[in-house]
Amino acid sequence: MNKESAAALKGKKKQILENWMANQLKDAALRDDLMSVSELQQQSEEFLSTLLKAFASPNAEDTDSAGYESIHDILSEISITRARQGFSPRETSAYILSLKEVLSQVLEDRFKDETAILYREIISMNKIMDSLSLVTMETYIKGREEVILRQTNEMSEISTPVIRVWEGILALPIIGTLDSARTQVVMEALLEEIVATGSRIAILDISGVPTVDSLVAQHLIKTVSAARLMGAECIISGIRAEIAQTIVHLGIDLTNIYTKATLASALKMSFSMLSIQVSKAAQNGPVGSKQNFGF
Amino acid sequence: MERIPILKMGPFLLVTIQVDLYDRLALTLENDLINMVSKTEAKGVLIDISAVSIVDSFMGRILGNIASMSKIMDAATVVVGMQPAVAITLVELGLTLSGVHTALDVEQGMELLRTKIGQLDTDEEGLYDSYI
Repeated sequence: MNKESAAALKGKKKQILENWMANQLKDAALRDDLMSVSELQQQSEEFLSTLLKAFASPNAEDTDSAGYESIHDILSEISITRARQGFSPRETSAYILSLKEVLSQVLEDRFKDETAILYREIISMNKIMDSLSLVTMETYIKGREEVILRQTNEMSEISTPVIRVWEGILALPIIGTLDSARTQVVMEALLEEIVATGSRIAILDISGVPTVDSLVAQHLIKTVSAARLMGAECIISGIRAEIAQTIVHLGIDLTNIYTKATLASALKMSFSMLSIQVSKAAQNGPVGSKQNFGF
Repeated sequence: MERIPILKMGPFLLVTIQVDLYDRLALTLENDLINMVSKTEAKGVLIDISAVSIVDSFMGRILGNIASMSKIMDAATVVVGMQPAVAITLVELGLTLSGVHTALDVEQGMELLRTKIGQLDTDEEGLYDSYI
């Protein structure tokens, strides 16, 4: 891009901004629900002045050069914010691409009679803008991935609560597939809680685990062994018929681990291990009357 | 040379490890403990490792060894107060210490040893075996 076109673009900055804003506003991809017009105007103005400054730098066509560093920063900022705000990929790339159209128009007006120069300048401007829109997309996707990663982490944390069901008895309902990373989280949460509450029995309920393969079983056995090393006994409950079938077919040895079909029977077993007796209270009034429950 | 004290409490021996165990110290402990068991005819050994934050496979093996040796000499071994990180490490190393009994703290460990001794008089079954 030569000095003349850079100067021409700089001179028409106000007009470019106006047309660009108009372009953006009339585009169907405009999301005025996510971003106000004045905010967009401010963002666009800041971006445009930085871009025009970069155009005037000595090697304007090389978008990796130092002149474009601040442009990259601004663009990354814009697309990451947009990714988080929930803009679609089309809406995000439309921002940069709508500017291209306006810039071409200005160049066309400037070099109306010199077709060869016009052609060369348009090509070089296109090259720059395309590479900038690639940067936009890349950072946009990076931003989305960050969101996904955060949600995955949140999910694995939410889905592993350790519940204290009785004095000295913990329950850990596991929901979703157990992979190595989750087993680590589950194991650590359980062991920490065992220390904190001084519980002697932990019930691992796997009714929410869709399938048990040899890897999942190995993870479960690891958790049980670790708890046992600390002096707590584990009971695995919620073993469905199909899971029992899979475990036997795979030849997984669970004979050293207490297993129960339901959480209720696991709780019953823990009571007898801790020598706790739970019995019905003697009824003095009609069944279901309020004073029976001590409220 | 540094030594880990072994306390006698009735029919039991109590060992509290409060320093980081290096290999030589662990070997000395193993030696001292087994000699002590034979001298006092102890019925149970309680090892408190709540202050130990680092273990390796050697340390795991020493614990297993102490348990097996005590068992031959008719004394039960209880390891108490293992840290979560230590437990995870041992499991990852494949050392599940199958011959060792465990408890959460010294109090529960003592209780466990007492039950063990009571049981030895009546039957040779494990603590929870009657419930399965």
